[in-house]
Amino acid sequence: MAQKQAVSPAHRPRPLSPHLQIYRWPVTMGTSILHRITGVGLSLGAFLIAWWLIAAAAGPDAYGTFLILADHWVGRFVLLGFTLSLVYHLLNGIRHLFWDVGAGFRVRTANATGRLVYGLTILVTLAIWLAGYWVKGDLG
Amino acid sequence: MADLAKSSSPLARAQGAGGAGHGGEHWWAQRVSALALVPLVIWLLVSLVAMVGAPHAQVIAFIAEPYNAVLMVLLIAAALYHSQLGIQVVIEDYIHKESSKWMLLLLNRFLTIGVGAAAIFAVLRIAL
Ligand code: HEM
Repeated sequence: MAQKQAVSPAHRPRPLSPHLQIYRWPVTMGTSILHRITGVGLSLGAFLIAWWLIAAAAGPDAYGTFLILADHWVGRFVLLGFTLSLVYHLLNGIRHLFWDVGAGFRVRTANATGRLVYGLTILVTLAIWLAGYWVKGDLG
Repeated sequence: MADLAKSSSPLARAQGAGGAGHGGEHWWAQRVSALALVPLVIWLLVSLVAMVGAPHAQVIAFIAEPYNAVLMVLLIAAALYHSQLGIQVVIEDYIHKESSKWMLLLLNRFLTIGVGAAAIFAVLRIAL
């Protein structure tokens, strides 16, 4: 703004940022919104855990129904979403707690830990599901 | 750093509340419950994986174990308390019409307590 103007304002290229086609979401914006989405998702998921416990308490028949629904592809899809949400929210929640004691606040650090959380979420979820299939005996 | 002393009125401070009338305590409760949830959720994930596809009798035997029953009750309490605090913030952020806001805040409390009571009752029924 403090620059001397050699060209008239009409000929100077106007600032275009944030440009729709080159605009990129900052990493920290994504992690923050995902923390909220997974928090709400997990609050709904609490109904699933309650249902699991209530079905177990109600007896073998009710538990059998729970198992059939959980084993259906729709059930598995929901459970995969639940695992992803829980792992993400857990890892990013730990990141939040570090911020709360004043650590990891520099932009570069926050971006790096955000990417780390993304990567670890995928790896840990994958490990949990592989372990689950192994326990179930589907992996031989 | 936003500090509580500056952001609240003398009366609100004396009552332990932040600038908005309730900020400080709510914030702390959310952090404390989050901290408690870290080990509890890791325990839950390990336990659930160990019980994938398990028959009813095995699940009952697991929950009936005193350590597991106590941890499960603690997990339910901490998770639902934390969830209720979190959902409250989400509602306050997006719903500005007073009547809708209060309806949803009330629903949030009732549902949380209802689900918590049912889940804890189920654990106790298996364990006791
Ligand atoms: C696994 C351990 C967990 C940790 C470490 C954790 C951590 C946190 C933290 C630090 C916040 C505050 C974020 C902020 O101020 O922006 C938060 C928010 C929240 N959490 Fe958790 N949480 C955990 C588990 C859960 C569970 C199990 C649920 C649901 C049953 C849940 C639901 C929520 C909700 C709804 C919010 C509010 C989201 C928002 O305001 O954007 N969390 N969590």
